[in-house]
Amino acid sequence: MRNNNDIISDKMDWVTVALYFAIVFLGWINIYAVTYDQAKSISIFNVDLNSGRQLIFIVGSIFIILAILIIDMRFYETFAYVIYGAILFLLLLVPIIGKEVGGNKAWLGIGSFGVQPSEFAKFATALAVAKYIGSVGFKMDQLRNQIILFAMIGASMLLILLQKDTGTALVFTVFTLVFFREGMSPMLIICGVAAAVIFILTLLVNSYYLFIGIGIILVIAIVMGKKKIKRIAMLTAAAIALCCVIISVDYVVTNVLRPHQQNRIKALINPDADPLGFGWNVTQSKIAIGSGGFIGKGFLKGTQTKFDFVPEQSTDFIFCTIGEEHGWLGSLFIMTLFVGLLLRIVFLAERQKNRFARVYGYSVACIFFFHFAVNIGMTIGLFPVIGIPLPFFSYGGSSLWGFTILLFILLKLDIHRMQVLQRI
Amino acid sequence: MNEGRKEIIQIVFVLVALIFLVKLFFIQVLDDRYAQLANSNAILRQIDYPVRGLIRDRHGKLIVYNTPEFDLQIIHREVKNLDTARFLDVFSLTREELLQTFKELKMKKEYSPVKPTIFLTKLSARDFAKIEDNIDEFPGFYIQARTTRAYNAQAAANAIGYVSEISKTKLERDKTGIYKQGDYIGQSGIESFYEQYLRGTRGVRFKLRNVDGIEKGSFRDGEMDTLSTPGQDLTTTLDLELQKYGEYLMKGKSGSIIAIEPSTGEILSMVSGPSYDPTLLTGKNYSSNFVLISNDTLKPLFNRPLMAQYRPGSIFKIAQAMVALQEGVITPETRIRCDRSIIDCHGPHTNEDLRGAITNSCNPYFRDVLRRMLNQGKSNNPFDDTRIGLTEWDKHISSFGFGKRLGIDLPNEKNGLVPSPAFYDRAYGGRPWKFSNIYSIAIGEGENLVVPLQMANFAATVANKGYYITPHLVKSIGNSGKPLPPYTEKHYTTIDSAYFRVAADAMERVVEAGTGQFRAKLKDVIVCGKTGTVQNDPKPAHAVFIAFAPKENPKIAVSVYVESAGQGGRSAASIASLMIEKYLYGATQRPQIEEYVLKGKFLN
Repeated sequence: MRNNNDIISDKMDWVTVALYFAIVFLGWINIYAVTYDQAKSISIFNVDLNSGRQLIFIVGSIFIILAILIIDMRFYETFAYVIYGAILFLLLLVPIIGKEVGGNKAWLGIGSFGVQPSEFAKFATALAVAKYIGSVGFKMDQLRNQIILFAMIGASMLLILLQKDTGTALVFTVFTLVFFREGMSPMLIICGVAAAVIFILTLLVNSYYLFIGIGIILVIAIVMGKKKIKRIAMLTAAAIALCCVIISVDYVVTNVLRPHQQNRIKALINPDADPLGFGWNVTQSKIAIGSGGFIGKGFLKGTQTKFDFVPEQSTDFIFCTIGEEHGWLGSLFIMTLFVGLLLRIVFLAERQKNRFARVYGYSVACIFFFHFAVNIGMTIGLFPVIGIPLPFFSYGGSSLWGFTILLFILLKLDIHRMQVLQRI
Repeated sequence: MNEGRKEIIQIVFVLVALIFLVKLFFIQVLDDRYAQLANSNAILRQIDYPVRGLIRDRHGKLIVYNTPEFDLQIIHREVKNLDTARFLDVFSLTREELLQTFKELKMKKEYSPVKPTIFLTKLSARDFAKIEDNIDEFPGFYIQARTTRAYNAQAAANAIGYVSEISKTKLERDKTGIYKQGDYIGQSGIESFYEQYLRGTRGVRFKLRNVDGIEKGSFRDGEMDTLSTPGQDLTTTLDLELQKYGEYLMKGKSGSIIAIEPSTGEILSMVSGPSYDPTLLTGKNYSSNFVLISNDTLKPLFNRPLMAQYRPGSIFKIAQAMVALQEGVITPETRIRCDRSIIDCHGPHTNEDLRGAITNSCNPYFRDVLRRMLNQGKSNNPFDDTRIGLTEWDKHISSFGFGKRLGIDLPNEKNGLVPSPAFYDRAYGGRPWKFSNIYSIAIGEGENLVVPLQMANFAATVANKGYYITPHLVKSIGNSGKPLPPYTEKHYTTIDSAYFRVAADAMERVVEAGTGQFRAKLKDVIVCGKTGTVQNDPKPAHAVFIAFAPKENPKIAVSVYVESAGQGGRSAASIASLMIEKYLYGATQRPQIEEYVLKGKFLN
């Protein structure tokens, strides 16, 4: 019988591992580029810099990877609910005993060492969702099952929202994409996107114009189609419902969203309205990226990211450094790496022999995708500023470890995918 | 059942990345607006003002130099938590002044909250020490050092000119793009004429700065930085001691003194009276002082040597004599009766030859000389004959440099006037005119107008026996040792040099035995001169004197014009001879003449 290590090195998907380390390495040197000061020229390894500390986190994640690979693969499925429950418990603790960093109370501290349980909630929720969908007799079209699934992601979202970390909470909406893959009707996603569009439109356009627009569309729809009472009634009901949505969105925006959240959405629509105020982040981020040109200013030569014009550069706005110093070509390269990783994960998920592993794989892909899309989207002004990190790239221990755990549990499952078949 | 959903998800992943890349391509490659914004964000453009060229006299003595001056600039966006009380204290301002300054700041055309804008100007060196120690307390404020003009002597203010902030109209007209609002520019005199040499070139340093405006080293290791190059020093032709002496003599008088070295055209001194203290037009109180000086009824900013157009009076007879000799209508021996029935005369003489006529400044003699010139019988029609004669006369007179700008290296020079047939046609509105209408030009009255510089240049021309070099004030730009090219060229008159000898002889006689004998005669050197007394009714006549000395190898030619000072033989002749003495010997041996001039009582 071959020993465990041989199996790991034989069956490990080295393509993913290579992509992982490539992105982590590029992230690390870009974190150095952010803090680089030509007057001081401190070493990349200096722990006074973010880059030095990031290196410690990277070394830490190697240990985490080893631990994940050593632990028996059955552990993850077996203890999925336990892990999920434990993380929920930690999330519950955060508002009570957590410490506040940068306006969000999202940290659990042990001495000077702090972690963000919300970063770990992602893999825990993914495990739980995968286990539930993978359970014997699960059928996606049963309403009860759907309710339970949404309750699972809803619980995580709710507890994270309590920490006022809207960005991370929104990540969990991406599970709908996983559900879609597993057979849920696309109507939900379509409705979700439509709601978002209406939401944005409400902010952009005066509600009265929207009402008039809906009215016109309604009349056209009635005139064009078959004139059945039932159909007309349905259309009218839908139009009225839409108007109600608009009114409630108006209400939510002005009364429920906190001022900085309103400003972020307004900044997305028109960042030039107040470039020094709420549009500052997006404006400066776009200036930094836009000034990079086709080939960029060169490594360590960026001026915008170096001199603090862009806020949160090491974390949420790390992509600015790529855009500024490496230009469009550098951006293309980073995009290629990420899309490559995403497609590879989908490939891995699809080759799993059981549903648990496949659902988990899709969860990983979709979570990465959400982070990737929203993070880069916000730096170039396509999404509102939602403070979520770029996976493996942004500075921060919790997020790096959280993403590492997400990815390597999948790789561990992938290594043993043939055993699963044997076992069942 | 879930067929194709895998592909849909993959397509979504790729599609989002593609959308990002397209958007990135727009903002990174197609739109260069962001690159410009990035530069204005992070790159601070610091102007390195060059030192303006120095101005020296002909012996290398410093006349104009520079002293440091400090402006306070503001980058409005960077001003945070301004401690107003402390600011007022450090900058010695009142609250109202500060509010006013802020108000004016935003009205400035070049104002931008993110770019340095001038906030306060001309902080003195004394204020500066205090400010420099405390400037760190006020983020967003920067000190910009530059230099301002300082003067070693209160002399030649109008010749040298002054430097001040460029005016809005000048800035709009400036096509060189060199100047920006708040920049300094030579406004008159040498400072204006030689601006392009004096100003030097500005240097620019590109500094990187972070979001708080703190400098973070040089941009691209300074490869785009340029050093300022100082302006070129000018060596003027002025003799500072002579200039000061001239101004001393002109104290309390209106008029001008110009002394020229005939062989080179170099202006040894150029006095405009009254003058002003050039120091008043530098520093903090420039504006109020300027108003004061420009509103002075005696017009100290009016540079009389170039701008005051006077009738030349009897000195013009020298020119008439030479033109007549050249035209062959008289010889030096021609005698003409002093017929005082048409034109008045002075002194006891009746029938002089040319020399005697000049010595006694005989008016009827020169009236007849002009008649002979203008009416040479080339036409039977007396009107046409005069026209032909006047055209010829014009040509000769103009060749002395009268009636047009000589082209001195100073701005605002006036033409003067040599009446031409066309001029009289206009003046008479098409009605015919002939000699009897215009004869007063024979004695330098009538329509003639000259500026004092032209008179001095005329004296220099006689001294040179037939040519002049355009008078100029700068003999060397930088280390070239040479003036500008126009100032080495000889301009010959239309008169043979033999006739200049006659003129010089006559001028010698004027000083020796004629109208100039009492006050222009010097013991050790032959002075050639000519007096003029220009009618100025109802006020007293203007006094004029031109001279050069020594007679052989002349070293100095002078013209003096004193307004409303009566006979030229008095004030003007005295001043001219004192200037000659001072230049040739360093001091006067005739204290009584100096005293007479300083007393200033020339009218009996």
